[in-house]
Amino acid sequence: MDALVTPSLEPLIEALRSVGYTVVGPTVKDGAVRMAEIWSAEELPAGVGDAQEPGGYRLTERDDDMVFGFAAGPDSAKRYTQPPRQTLFRMRDQEIEEVEPEAPRVALLGVRACDLAAIAVQDRVFLGRHPDSAYRRRREALFLVAVNCAVPGGTCFCASMGTGPKATAGFDLAITELAAPHRFLIEPGSERGAQILTAIPHRAAEEDDLAAAQEVSRTAATRMGRQVDTTGIQDWLPAAHDHPRWTDVASRCLSCTNCTMACPTCFCSTVEDITDLSGDVAERSERWDSCFTLDFTELGGTPVRGSALARYRQWLTHKFATWYDQFGVSGCVGCGRCITWCPTGIDVTEELSCIR
Amino acid sequence: MTPAPYRVRSRRPDRADTVTLTLEPVRGRCPAFLPGQFNMIYARGVGEIPISLSGRARSGALMHTIRAVGAVSHVLCDARPGDVVGLRGPYGTAWDVPAAAGLDVVVAAGGLGLAPLRTVLRELAAHRSRYGRISLIVGTRTPMTLLYPRELARWRKSHDVDVQVIVDHPDHAWQGPVGPVTRLIDRIVFQPRRTAAFVCGPEVMMRAVADNLVRRGVPAARVALSLERNMKCGVGRCGHCQLGPLLLCLDGPVVDYQRAARLLAVREL
Repeated sequence: MDALVTPSLEPLIEALRSVGYTVVGPTVKDGAVRMAEIWSAEELPAGVGDAQEPGGYRLTERDDDMVFGFAAGPDSAKRYTQPPRQTLFRMRDQEIEEVEPEAPRVALLGVRACDLAAIAVQDRVFLGRHPDSAYRRRREALFLVAVNCAVPGGTCFCASMGTGPKATAGFDLAITELAAPHRFLIEPGSERGAQILTAIPHRAAEEDDLAAAQEVSRTAATRMGRQVDTTGIQDWLPAAHDHPRWTDVASRCLSCTNCTMACPTCFCSTVEDITDLSGDVAERSERWDSCFTLDFTELGGTPVRGSALARYRQWLTHKFATWYDQFGVSGCVGCGRCITWCPTGIDVTEELSCIR
Repeated sequence: MTPAPYRVRSRRPDRADTVTLTLEPVRGRCPAFLPGQFNMIYARGVGEIPISLSGRARSGALMHTIRAVGAVSHVLCDARPGDVVGLRGPYGTAWDVPAAAGLDVVVAAGGLGLAPLRTVLRELAAHRSRYGRISLIVGTRTPMTLLYPRELARWRKSHDVDVQVIVDHPDHAWQGPVGPVTRLIDRIVFQPRRTAAFVCGPEVMMRAVADNLVRRGVPAARVALSLERNMKCGVGRCGHCQLGPLLLCLDGPVVDYQRAARLLAVREL
């Protein structure tokens, strides 16, 4: 099926819901664009924009009715591919029973190219040498509706990381929002995506629709708020382990873990054990963890990376360099969340250019 | 990530707060493993820790020598025959013992590091004629904390292994050497360029021994260390055990010194 044009996303949302998907899309909540369940296209943040900078995020008013006129918010698809908390198993007497992992049928509406790239990175982490069957089930239950970015944020640098702003793979449907007149160009990226499109009233995309969509992505690529030169980074970053800049950034880093929580690829987790009051049933669960916590590397009561310097160096070096050794790709997709959501405004692109 | 239930078949208190547990599956057979690999052992409601395999019992059951240092290891050390724990594995890289065929072999252990090396010694002893001189050097805190004293005597007597022990703190009866285990390297005979080494112990001890051996001409690629880091999953997904580019649960615990030397040289890596 070829690309089509539709004036409203309402039929798409209805079509997804009718085949059993919970539709999760951008909504305005807590002064930010958050991902939450939506029932109607009217809940999309029409006319909402954002201003992002190191340590800063504010919603703005747009002078049009664009529903995707903002950049990546604090939520990514990670919440749906790797839940913040999940129960692994229970042990009762001498029996250990695996807990059936939840894999809800969710359609994520408005996934940006950077976040599609992040999902591809997580696929390598969780479906690599020891494939995680729970992750695989969640992934298969996820329907991805991408949106090609029109207005990158002040902390975006996907163009530098080669992941955006146009979605090229890994989606079921890809939307480009076009203005004057306001319309949506939708392209299928999978069989089931094409299937959904058949249920939507539309007209075929014409030459000027396709040209307008191309122009959106071309313009977006020139409006990146940040850039980074990653040439040879796999070699020079680990080799710079005693660079004085680490001391400098460590003096600003609070080890608060915000960057790792907001990052769409940070996958580190830890486990927690609980026992019921009788002491007969024990349960183990997994939850998000961060390499910025002290007990992350604890060995015999002492952390291996006891200083903030060592922890920041580990995070940045892993993300941009040693990730290649482990998973064959960069751990950074250039979404800029770690810069925006750092309470002290640490900017990875600035740190890298200083260390280089 | 879900362990299988294993029953404690026997519990043998060793010296120095350590206990050797022999574990067998409640259902099914024991998995195969290679010297140097580890299992994740789960104590109900308390937690799960990586423990190197220290041998296979005659019944086929898995042996683990555990020192009580944290919450989980305390509970495991207190386990009684018949108790059930969770176990998954084996995981990780192995000591490449067959690659040492035709070479002299130096096995260097510090403290509890002798536990995983026990599987190496057993492998060497089982095919004694394939190897040249075999030396086992062991460092321990005090004479009373020496692990497996009867097996050390047997390897010395029946398998032509030069076993040397050094202690940090001698007691009044101790007549042997005192000091770091590196001091024993002067006392053993090997042809450096034709030697393979297996080293396990505290990280400072492993670096000192490996440096010393390499200085004498043992190729760094033939000096194997068993590295330890915090581990939660054992299968490369939790991120805790990273050492630079390595995920030690997958790329380790056994890593050759050619790869490990520059990583261990960086403080807090």
